[in-house]
Amino acid sequence: MMISARAYGDNGKMKEYHYTGPVEHKFSPYAFNGGTVLAVAGEDFALVASDTRLSEGYSIHSRDSPKCYKLTDTTVIGCSGFHGDCLTLTKIIEARLKMYKHSNNKSMTSGAIAAMLSTILYGKRFFPYYVYNIIGGLDEEGRGAVYSFDPVGSYQRDTYKAGGSASAMLQPLLDNQIGFKNMENVEQLPLTLEKAVQLVKDVFISAAERDVYTGDALKICIITKEGIREEIVPLRKD
Amino acid sequence: MATVSVCQYHRGGFSFENCKRNALLEADINKLGFSSPAARKTGTTICGVVYKDGVVLGADTRATEGMVVADKNCSKIHYISPNVYCCGAGTAADTEMTTQIISSNLELHSLSTGRLPRVATANRMLKQMLFRYQGYIGAALVLGGVDSTGPQLYSIYPHGSTDKLPYVTMGSGSLAAMAVFEDRYRPNMEEEEAKRLVRDAIAAGIFNDLGSGSNIDLCVITKGKVDYLRPHDVANKKGVRTGNYRYKHGTTGVLTKAVTHLNLEVVEESVQTMDTT
Repeated sequence: MMISARAYGDNGKMKEYHYTGPVEHKFSPYAFNGGTVLAVAGEDFALVASDTRLSEGYSIHSRDSPKCYKLTDTTVIGCSGFHGDCLTLTKIIEARLKMYKHSNNKSMTSGAIAAMLSTILYGKRFFPYYVYNIIGGLDEEGRGAVYSFDPVGSYQRDTYKAGGSASAMLQPLLDNQIGFKNMENVEQLPLTLEKAVQLVKDVFISAAERDVYTGDALKICIITKEGIREEIVPLRKD
Repeated sequence: MATVSVCQYHRGGFSFENCKRNALLEADINKLGFSSPAARKTGTTICGVVYKDGVVLGADTRATEGMVVADKNCSKIHYISPNVYCCGAGTAADTEMTTQIISSNLELHSLSTGRLPRVATANRMLKQMLFRYQGYIGAALVLGGVDSTGPQLYSIYPHGSTDKLPYVTMGSGSLAAMAVFEDRYRPNMEEEEAKRLVRDAIAAGIFNDLGSGSNIDLCVITKGKVDYLRPHDVANKKGVRTGNYRYKHGTTGVLTKAVTHLNLEVVEESVQTMDTT
């Protein structure tokens, strides 16, 4: 008679056999679609970058699905996690931006968008949006600003932040190269736009080597007082 | 004459002694708040095809641990005997050890019979071992070779069933590879066409399956000759970084330093290069 390991309980004795009744299979309202986002704030610029791969399980849905969404002339949001919630959330944010503009006769500032997003996310505290958000933009004084969120609305202003599937691989490298952490006797020069763009490209190239969800292409949105410029860089496609 | 076999005695069916122990250990670990270590799987696309003069086996080279790439260039085509090779998908340790055990036993068997080993013998040994372990050894294999009976190709599943077919695929990328085979396979292909077909099937797995990636390895087995092409095709080169990430001496802070002198003399010096790709 064949007995499997499942027949033994925690204490090492065999489990009693009884029919437990019909088994319910749960439906999950969430899916994980992969993707990594990254935002960096400089003295007079901000960068928001994301890969463009949309995946589910072991398959790829699309190689060209960027996760950066332009909100105003000075703000871009990066959303990764469950793609369905990313789309709905960005629709809601865009509608709220329009409403604000019509009532207050001016565009929302980056800080105001961040505060609003926090309340929108907490509004669904008991059935959250499965989205990791990072807002990048220029504040009222023209300095770069990055706001990072968790799925239920906790947020803070940062200088740099990585979110999404490869965030654990990118964040330590950014801590070292931008935050100068764990380094001594190093000249702490302020971050220039060229150096920041080069760093973002290199860091995504490295993430694509080891994270299966990151790859295909990288889209960088560069926000300066002149406006928003986009750069696309190819990544590994395997 | 009794068959000599190395590494294990098999009497009767599967021994379930360790199941009780494992259940207790699992409970203890969970009580402490940890989870037991997961075996590394290879993700993988492997395939094989029989052509006019022999067989062509193909495999990708990515090994994954969850959804992180553990090895970008691992070798999935294992040696069984001079005329028989085996691709492995599933748990990396299981495919490695299973093919090594059978390779060892097959060499002893071949010395005993005085003949070149047959593919069917390797197939029989593998399926009997996997069935004995009731699927707990997670090895899904594509076994191919050429012997006195001709070229043969088998697919072997973790529970011990086997299929003898002209073309097979296994692993998480097997559907992508099989789509290519079903489109372009014909019986009695020439060598170049067969190599191209296998290469394209593995490439389909590499680009469309997240569990497979990096390069394409091929193994062409004919009567009397084996071409082990590793890599046959570098389908994905490592991304080139433009920045310089070298640190100057003194960048890492030294908190305390204690120097102990050891009076040693150099007797022998050897250099082994490390694979830093």
